[in-house]
Amino acid sequence: MSSTITYREALREALREALQRDPKVMLIGEDVGRYGGSYAVSKGLLEEFGAARIRDAPLSELGFVGAGIGAALGGLRPIVEIMTVNFSLLALDQIVNTAATLRYMSGGQFHVPLVVRMATGAGRQLAAQHSHSLEGWFAHVPGLRVLAPATVQDARGMLWPALEHPDPVIIFEHGQLYNVAGTLDAAGSVDIARARIARGGRDLTLITFGGMLPRTLEAATELAADGIEAEVIDLRVLRPLDDATIMRSVARTRRAVIVEEAWRSGGFAAEVCARIQEQAFFELDAPVQRVCGEEVPMPYARQLETAALPSVAGIVAVARRLIGRRPA
Amino acid sequence: MIEMKLPALGADMDEGKLLEWRVHPGQVVHKGDILAVVDTAKAALDVESWHDGTVAELLIEPGQTVPVGTLMARLLEPGETAPAHEPKPPAAPATAGRRPVSPAARRRAAELGVALDSLRGSGPDGVVTLRDVEQAAAGVAPARDRSVEIRRTIAAVMVRSKREVPHYYLSDDIPLAAATDWLREANAGRPVAARILMAALCLRAVARAAQRHPTMNGHFVDGAFRPSAVVNLGVAISLRGGGLLAPAIAGAESKTTAEIMQALADLVARARSGTLRREEVTDPTLTVSNLGDQGVRSVQPIIFAPQVAIIGFGLVSDRPWVLEGKLAVMPVVTATLAADHRVSDGHAGARFLAEIGANLQHPEAP
Repeated sequence: MSSTITYREALREALREALQRDPKVMLIGEDVGRYGGSYAVSKGLLEEFGAARIRDAPLSELGFVGAGIGAALGGLRPIVEIMTVNFSLLALDQIVNTAATLRYMSGGQFHVPLVVRMATGAGRQLAAQHSHSLEGWFAHVPGLRVLAPATVQDARGMLWPALEHPDPVIIFEHGQLYNVAGTLDAAGSVDIARARIARGGRDLTLITFGGMLPRTLEAATELAADGIEAEVIDLRVLRPLDDATIMRSVARTRRAVIVEEAWRSGGFAAEVCARIQEQAFFELDAPVQRVCGEEVPMPYARQLETAALPSVAGIVAVARRLIGRRPA
Repeated sequence: MIEMKLPALGADMDEGKLLEWRVHPGQVVHKGDILAVVDTAKAALDVESWHDGTVAELLIEPGQTVPVGTLMARLLEPGETAPAHEPKPPAAPATAGRRPVSPAARRRAAELGVALDSLRGSGPDGVVTLRDVEQAAAGVAPARDRSVEIRRTIAAVMVRSKREVPHYYLSDDIPLAAATDWLREANAGRPVAARILMAALCLRAVARAAQRHPTMNGHFVDGAFRPSAVVNLGVAISLRGGGLLAPAIAGAESKTTAEIMQALADLVARARSGTLRREEVTDPTLTVSNLGDQGVRSVQPIIFAPQVAIIGFGLVSDRPWVLEGKLAVMPVVTATLAADHRVSDGHAGARFLAEIGANLQHPEAP
């Protein structure tokens, strides 16, 4: 059974299913209840499940993420929605210094089965303070599991395994994906451990995640018109990273380009790049390349914002250059 | 001193492989003499000298692939003497420091015992890649698969044309009784090999008409139409290995039917053997596609951008035709014009097509 559904609807269905399945599941965050969520993901859930389980929080990320941690320690399975990754900076202490560490600080006596959802990314003219892609920061932190659903299948399927996970899980929902529709395979199972080959190819590997997946696939289509068959890997899980899928692909294609929306310096793409050269150096036929966002605070003007983000043309150009001249 | 650089032998050419030098140092050459044969993605093409002079030195070895614009040879101008100590060009980068070789290629070369110094890199910046090593080990010259290259070129050109050029199509049936009679007479005294084909008459009719309809003959470049004073008439020629080329008969408007026939036979033979000259590949201003010998009745061709028109001829077949109020049977061909609506309108196209038809009623006209 498959059906067409938007990314937003898939997230909402996942929330609804979790709330129905387990009375310990609750949702807390700014505007998640009466307003239906800043991105309308939780619309209708307050009416269906009541104010005890769908809780509007004050504008205090440090406070309500802390409340989520407390609820998790107390035996609930809380889902905390932070409006965007930018506001998560106010809650970093709770996430990095408390949620990620309590298992270790308590010698294994406590663990924090918390799910934090947040919107990420640029592309909606929200300027420098609301356009970040900080997935890499969270993926830096041991004790967290970091997910980046890029498809409706993952939007629908990742929440439940995240709730079943005994430690904190961060789920990044890219703002430009909410309205994207896709085919949902109701029978398909979703893990939160492995990367996925989103498109097969033999000539080079394009590695990406989250909001960059659609344009990376578009670039692969464009390259195919030139006879260049690009494999596209959707990382899906940024921590722990599925090295095996990456290395298997690169060992076949011998060329890799990592596409990431975030800034280049110290970005997540750099981590992937480093692992490839550590583990697959002698498989490589060309230097690993990165296509990243420009290193500027995000401009407001649409054309400048577009120019600051990785483009299909940019990905294609880097890939073509990596292929070089084909002798046959 | 004249510097001879690798010319672009086609709009999409960015490098070429020297197949052979046709001259040697010390040889006197004249403008138009063939200096070298260069392999491109499309065909092996002759490179002509643009100057009179004496070959001073050849800087590229046969087998080398170099980018367009690379200095290939130096010629002394007439009267010039060679400088006493011409500095040698810098040695190939292969000997200067470490060779750029990909990690995978380096490991494979060690496994296969391939000497890296002997390899030419096909990767970015001339890096030796795994494929270069494996081909060297297999003793395979890094020859391109020409049919693949040609297919790719056709795909690129046709996609661009269909995407960017707003085609309009006009068709007409042209009676060929007069042309057939003329051909029968003209061929009566000729040996089989020298016979003129109907295709040559059609080409000439198009060339003559094009001269009087400038909006059909030229190129649309950078948002503007550039008409051509001469009619370099492209002829679509299918290749045996698949694919096609459309080299030109230069100055077709001033050629006789016999001359066009000769040029056509020559082009077909050399297109199929892969020895075309650069002007023929680069310069068509208008193209004719003839699929009559495949038995199709009409052809609606795609314009070879940046040209602005193309004429397709179908099968010449006996059909019923009303002549002076009575039904007759005579040879008829369907001609279809595809033209670029940015440059001309249907009205102009219709007049052009009508003139082609009219010209075919008077094949004897000078």
